[in-house]
Amino acid sequence: MIRRARLYKTEAIVLRQRKLGEADRIVSLYTPNYGKLDAKAKGVRKTISRMAGHLQPLTRCAVQLAQGRSMEIVAGCQTIEAFPALRQDLERLSCALYAAELVDRMLPERVEALATYQLLLDTLHRLEAGIDMELALRYFEIQLLGQAGFRPELEQCPACGSALLGGPHRFSVTAGGVLCRSCADGDVEARPLSIDALKALRLLQRASWPEIARVLPAMSREIESHLRSYIVYVLEREVNALAFIERLRREGKGLPVEV
Amino acid sequence: MNGYVSSAAGPVARLIEEFHKLPGIGPKSAQRLAYHLLRMPAAQARTLAEAIVDVKERIVLCSACQNVTEIQPCRICTDPGRERSLICVVEEPLDILALERTGTYRGLYHVLHGVISPMDGIGPEELKVQELLQRLRSDEVREIILATNPNIEGDATAMYLGRLLRPLGPRVTRLARGLPVGGDVEYADDITLSRALEGRQEVQG
Repeated sequence: MIRRARLYKTEAIVLRQRKLGEADRIVSLYTPNYGKLDAKAKGVRKTISRMAGHLQPLTRCAVQLAQGRSMEIVAGCQTIEAFPALRQDLERLSCALYAAELVDRMLPERVEALATYQLLLDTLHRLEAGIDMELALRYFEIQLLGQAGFRPELEQCPACGSALLGGPHRFSVTAGGVLCRSCADGDVEARPLSIDALKALRLLQRASWPEIARVLPAMSREIESHLRSYIVYVLEREVNALAFIERLRREGKGLPVEV
Repeated sequence: MNGYVSSAAGPVARLIEEFHKLPGIGPKSAQRLAYHLLRMPAAQARTLAEAIVDVKERIVLCSACQNVTEIQPCRICTDPGRERSLICVVEEPLDILALERTGTYRGLYHVLHGVISPMDGIGPEELKVQELLQRLRSDEVREIILATNPNIEGDATAMYLGRLLRPLGPRVTRLARGLPVGGDVEYADDITLSRALEGRQEVQG
């Protein structure tokens, strides 16, 4: 861990907030140099708080933190980017909250995280723009898994190490990748993965965003479903924001929904 | 564990434990409250106990607006002086108290008892949304004012309800955003300030 001065400044993206006592909140901040850290923001539930508006979730801000005994205290805060379009569109907002929740759950606290910070920031920019949102989320998921140490193995069989030759392929969440034909026979829980989906996943994993934005690989429900079950397996829990994204989808299609 | 209760006598320990469950009450405050009750006149303690039992037994949710009430439907819903075609949707019953203090709103209310929070897994099915839709079907409603808090959860809830309610006919509005009284332009966040600019008004007086 990097040693910090008693009072220090950093850039941060606010991941989430929770109430504390009468007028305070604990904010989860994601910072490039110190990773994820919780800080106490005093008095931000009062209407005339000078910081409340700058500490809303999904705000990129410059914060001044004071080292507290158990938790940092927010001494000052100024918005760098507020992502206004995210807040005025339910689909964009729910996708951005999903991204923030994944970072919050998958990454450890107080570990330097320059790459992941940049990934989250880039993803928020893409969602703010509102184009290719599915693609942006899939890219975010597979890159985040890699950075968190759960890179799905898509080139060679994670069970026996042999190269993946010809299909049919199966993705195994427990093995963390695509199994070869003989290993797949022994893994009853591995699910079929089409060759198109495998190619798209490989591209998402290897290519940079500008390349991907040029090729625009087709995103299918199959790709989404494989990544999602792998994420749930890695986290050992459901991702809350997904339920809301699913609901918006169903309602958008005019399917009946039990409220 | 629970070292702060173990040495106290049985009923006292139980009381400390019960106080400790309340929001904002730590172990020390719980002890202090329990020993304060111990010294209190019996009649006064009984009044407190009865008030707690009363609130749980006599207070119900209004069948129309879902506010807490002891008469069914609640006083606001039955007040003939209220404009019935106007419904103000709030997150919690306490928000009604705040709005009533202003004395400027004369319509009805609807309490959601919560707010949509995707990251905490709280969806519309956990709020009193179905009850609100029911009211729209049975009553003539001209306007719905969404008075959810101006934060991420409040925004999500307002946008979701807006989508759901607009096709049903009424005008759907949301409380304005701007600078609070006693606030400071210098410290205002970007979103508040740009909304305040958008909603600027002719100077009066």
